[in-house]
Amino acid sequence: MKELMLGNKAIARGLYEAGVCVASSYPGTPSTETTEEAAKYDEIYCEWAPNEKVAMETAFGASRAGKRSYCAMKHVGLNVAADPLFTMSYTGVNAGMVILVADDPGMHSSQNEQDSRHYAIAAKMPMLEPSDSQEAKDFVISAYDISERFDTPVLIKMCTRVAHSQSIVETGERADIPMKEYVKDAGKYVMVPANAKKRHPIVEQRTKDLIAFAEESSLNRVEAGSDTSMGIITSSTSYQYVKEAFGDKYPVLKLGLINPLPVKKIKDFAASVDKLVVVEELDPIIEDYCKALGLTVTGKDVLPLVDEFSQGLIAKALGEPEAPSCKGIEGLPGRPPAMCAGCPHRGMFYVLSKNKITVMGDIGCYTLGATPPLCAIDTTECMGASISSLHGFNKARGAESEKNTVAVIGDSTFMHSGMTGLANIAYNQTNSTVIILDNSITGMTGHQQNPTTGYNLKGDPAGKIDLEALCRAMGINRVRVVDPYNLAEAEQAVKEELAAEEPSVIISRRPCALLKKVKRGEPIQVNPEKCKSCKACMKLGCPAISFKDGHAHVDTTQCFGCKVCSELCKFGAFETMEGETITW
Amino acid sequence: MVTSVMIVGVGGQGSLLASKILGKAAMDKGYDVKVSEVHGMSQRGGSVVTYVRFGDKVNSPIIDKGGADYIISFELLEAARYVEFLKPGGQIVTNSQQIDPMPVIAGTAEYPTGLIEKMEAAGAKVDSIDALSLAEEAGSSKASNIVLMGRFSKYVEDISKDEWVKVIENTVPAKFLEMNKKAFELGVNA
Repeated sequence: MKELMLGNKAIARGLYEAGVCVASSYPGTPSTETTEEAAKYDEIYCEWAPNEKVAMETAFGASRAGKRSYCAMKHVGLNVAADPLFTMSYTGVNAGMVILVADDPGMHSSQNEQDSRHYAIAAKMPMLEPSDSQEAKDFVISAYDISERFDTPVLIKMCTRVAHSQSIVETGERADIPMKEYVKDAGKYVMVPANAKKRHPIVEQRTKDLIAFAEESSLNRVEAGSDTSMGIITSSTSYQYVKEAFGDKYPVLKLGLINPLPVKKIKDFAASVDKLVVVEELDPIIEDYCKALGLTVTGKDVLPLVDEFSQGLIAKALGEPEAPSCKGIEGLPGRPPAMCAGCPHRGMFYVLSKNKITVMGDIGCYTLGATPPLCAIDTTECMGASISSLHGFNKARGAESEKNTVAVIGDSTFMHSGMTGLANIAYNQTNSTVIILDNSITGMTGHQQNPTTGYNLKGDPAGKIDLEALCRAMGINRVRVVDPYNLAEAEQAVKEELAAEEPSVIISRRPCALLKKVKRGEPIQVNPEKCKSCKACMKLGCPAISFKDGHAHVDTTQCFGCKVCSELCKFGAFETMEGETITW
Repeated sequence: MVTSVMIVGVGGQGSLLASKILGKAAMDKGYDVKVSEVHGMSQRGGSVVTYVRFGDKVNSPIIDKGGADYIISFELLEAARYVEFLKPGGQIVTNSQQIDPMPVIAGTAEYPTGLIEKMEAAGAKVDSIDALSLAEEAGSSKASNIVLMGRFSKYVEDISKDEWVKVIENTVPAKFLEMNKKAFELGVNA
């Protein structure tokens, strides 16, 4: 059957057809849908783990137990899971195991643009790189075969434009893969130095065997061209751009197995063309490999190291004229993403901004608290860094910053890697104030459950970690819960906890306004006769409030009815749709 | 021969559903199809772009400057923002609705005026309709996307109205089907 499928959905279809039984992942754009779609197959057990390291180790446990397993993460998630990755390369697998990593060139929804191919090289693990949805599905099936044939986990590298593009996929049937026997084998699975020393040469031999495989495999194919003045080596979405730009004009070596790379296949291809060009997004990995083989190659001398490519960018870099276009219109205002109307984070950020508090930020929707007009966040690096860096900041600056600096972190991010930072605060004692923005969901990636929500990936009731009890058990005596819609309550809590001479946690709790279970309030309106045009309400940066004809104006199609704006109005100008004054 | 369509708007306006409908309609017609979406951060009220390309053989899932035959826009400023992606003389089908972006809300910028004239001066053909009012007439302010797909369907000669409606029937939930069909019809006749 043919179906128009998102690349990530095609990955899930591949998992189904490959007979995979266990999947454990942590959400991260653009990888999330692979696991969500896999969960729609009853044959595959799927879960959200607290973080990527746990997910990878869980999947590895399932592989060792004898069932094909899977885990997925975004590029920065692989940093978190790098510890097991490197040693799993030594132990190898029992049943096949695939690790999907999704890069985000162009940083559509990421804090950096790292190139995950480096991990495959560093961990000496094979990596496949599909260029569309059909390949995404097919490569998953190939990856499990490679995993079991060469006794290694296999990486599949996606990028945003493959993960989040739909193209047509021919589907197949599910393979019946019997469970493998588990045999205790300390030499293979207990990586103490004496055993690891014996495994490392096996890894090196495996790479040699994989290079021989790369020479012959149809994953790497040469496509003939009519003009051999130039030949292009490429992979992933760049392959699609090259074909779009040049059609069948130039010969192309299309690489599907990106690590390890073939030697003879590349040399033979280079010898068949006058000029060798490598087209790859981000780092010059194929290019440097070609150079190490002694080949003269054009690549990053004409193509950028940053951002994603396009057919036009490649054509221009290789000397083609630009396509004619309509003229651009200058001076248009931008439209950056913003916190939604009714977002529970907004109230807390207003309080922090108003009190000029230094805020260590973290990764999630609430990173948008850094944008105007609130501009409430000072730093953002990676998952969990808010809490640990607050501790370091306070150790360096002492009481002065302890009275004026907080960390903000979401519920899911706290479970991911915020807890260990809080353990450091409780253990090494700074009078730090941590604010957990508990919106009862993993928001930015599109509403995934997490260990604090009480539901599992499928939405069924599950274990629920009590954040208050957890923080107290970790040694934090001052733990309090506030409603961020209540600005006075939130402000009082922030002031008191900053003043406290011991570590404290404020749980700012209110579910995400976009959750289906959250009931939308009645929209409110501004009485223009009462509005004094002071613009106090505009400081919230609510997308439902604008300034029109000299007064604040509420867009009732967007208004969520949270009424936080009305708390800021000294003139009682916000009214219900029936004209009643809103009081707090 | 490949037809390249950009669907643009503000995050949350339903561009993913619109691209799904166009992609399915083209696939049902026997075309090769690629659709590229943006998820995550870009959806939070920001400017959102989806590319749909269909034809005998489609390679790239994205559209470059000068590569689009059509732009379907759910918001006026967003149509103007992407006009340079259009081929000279390309067609814009846009909602006349204006949604203030954060710089306008925050008072650091003004919502631009004369955008339709500016787009025409840039070399585009512009078909602007009040899709929000038509969507409300159909029964939901959220159906502007379907109204605009109805309007756009008039430009795609080889996909019949019945074929579009069939795709809508297979795409939207049953309880919203009649409303969406009405929205599509109002767009066709706008």
